[in-house]
Amino acid sequence: MSNLPADLKYTKSHEWVRALGDGSVEIGITDHAQHALGDLVFVEVPEAGRAVKAGEPCAVVESVKAASDVYAPIAGEITAGNPKLAAEPEVVNADPYGQGWLMRLKPAAGALAAAGLLSAADYQKVLDSEGD
Amino acid sequence: MAFIPHTEADVAAMLAAIGVSRIEDLFDEIPPELRVKSLSGVPDALNEMEVGRLMSERARSDGIALSFLGAGAYEHHIPAAVWAIATRGEFYSAYTPYQAEASQGTLQLIYEFQTMIARLTGMEVANASMYDGASATAEAALMAVRANRKSKSARILVPATVHPHYRRAAVATAANQGLRFEEVPYCTHEGVVLPGALGRYDKEDITALLIPQPNFFGRLEDVDTLTDWAHARGILVIAVVNPIALALLKPPGEWGERGADIAVGEGQPLGVPLSSGGPYFGFMTARLEHVRQMPGRIVGRTCDVAGREGFTLTLQAREQHIRRAKATSNICTNQGLAVTAATIYLALLGPQGLARTAAAAHARARELVTALTRLPGVRLAFTGPCFHEAVLQLDRPVAPVLKALAGRGILGGLDLGAYYPELDHALLVCATETRTSADIDRYRIALGEALPGARAA
Repeated sequence: MSNLPADLKYTKSHEWVRALGDGSVEIGITDHAQHALGDLVFVEVPEAGRAVKAGEPCAVVESVKAASDVYAPIAGEITAGNPKLAAEPEVVNADPYGQGWLMRLKPAAGALAAAGLLSAADYQKVLDSEGD
Repeated sequence: MAFIPHTEADVAAMLAAIGVSRIEDLFDEIPPELRVKSLSGVPDALNEMEVGRLMSERARSDGIALSFLGAGAYEHHIPAAVWAIATRGEFYSAYTPYQAEASQGTLQLIYEFQTMIARLTGMEVANASMYDGASATAEAALMAVRANRKSKSARILVPATVHPHYRRAAVATAANQGLRFEEVPYCTHEGVVLPGALGRYDKEDITALLIPQPNFFGRLEDVDTLTDWAHARGILVIAVVNPIALALLKPPGEWGERGADIAVGEGQPLGVPLSSGGPYFGFMTARLEHVRQMPGRIVGRTCDVAGREGFTLTLQAREQHIRRAKATSNICTNQGLAVTAATIYLALLGPQGLARTAAAAHARARELVTALTRLPGVRLAFTGPCFHEAVLQLDRPVAPVLKALAGRGILGGLDLGAYYPELDHALLVCATETRTSADIDRYRIALGEALPGARAA
């Protein structure tokens, strides 16, 4: 059983989404994803102001054994990339749902509802079907 | 497994197993109009005896002329030890390490190469080499587009003083990937890019600026001013440099306030013979912050579980076998043998030997220019300092003059009119430490004879 906070939403491609009070969202990769990648050595986060489509690659997480794209779960505009990760990528391994967030995004009108995000329970089913 | 080619019976058995009658049928998904019937420009096959004859005839025409031609490839003295060591079986047979960590000697050599190139350029990180100076320049432009995330334009400013072949190679490599190369004109009086030529780009989104040092005319660019102009506008600086000249000139890592972001160049002057144009090698260096955008292989030093020193390929997540279509480059190899020679050359000469070589080449080039510009009909085309090449302005078109010199056994230089239509009376000449005063005298006399009735150029 993975560590899946119930207050977050999830995607099949292993991102999590947290609603922030101001209508924007915070996005990271799940505990399952960081564990599967192994020790991260480099994280590339998007620049603030960039407009992204749902499903568009917008960050890269690189471990000692692989490099993977992180996809925007929701269409919108990037409001921040986590500046801490350039120097301390290992924070994503240590605290994937907290200090290891990757980016913040202001969803485009209607984009949040259209994104089809999963609950923790539904994401757990995805993991189970992948043979976690 | 024995290395035995497939026999006809083997091929027939394999085709039968997959239900195909001819090998040709395996390619039937390629539309006929896209298939090449025969290769034009490729001559018919020759047998071994014919090839031996042809090459020995060609060899006779090689290396006889007294050369004052540079233009990107330079004749330098190569100590005999360089190739005596480089052609030892341990080095000679080792290509880029595919079973990398089993080849500790090769990896150590590449690591030392990277270290010396990084120190020579004053940059933080070097890769294991590129194909040549032109491919390194093209890859540097692609790298700059990945690294400069604030710029969206993929516009690269390229001074007309960058080697014309490098500019063509950059367009051929990168134009179809959306990069736009925009030519910056040079000052026809000084033969360098003046900062004023960049003024029209002051407020535009530009990704990178190439700065050659020395430039194709042998002239020294005002690298500090150009670098600071670019950095003040969020533009990355790509230095295109001659490695021998760096023994005397300010290294790219120290240009302007912050130094160049990427530095590349042709490595041939470092112990690789002219050899009719190749194989050569390119070198590439960068600031550490851009290392993950760097193409090619990078060797790192590490230690094993017992704490012993070892060498390993590192940062491989940039490369094709991991990143697939999103790899930083389709180049994930290195020029093993030429780099081996360069590493031995640099180790033999050391910083002082390299500086003496550079100073001697510069002195010979000055001696050449002084001698030739005493002739009527010959003057310097551009004012200002040079390294080991200079542009001479003649009173007539250059091509017939070069032909007359060739008849006297002298390779007189490059007719710049072939690349710069406005310079059809301009001759690019070079002298390195390999030219003697007697050589220069011979050129002066022959050029005087090739310019009958000369008047002021």
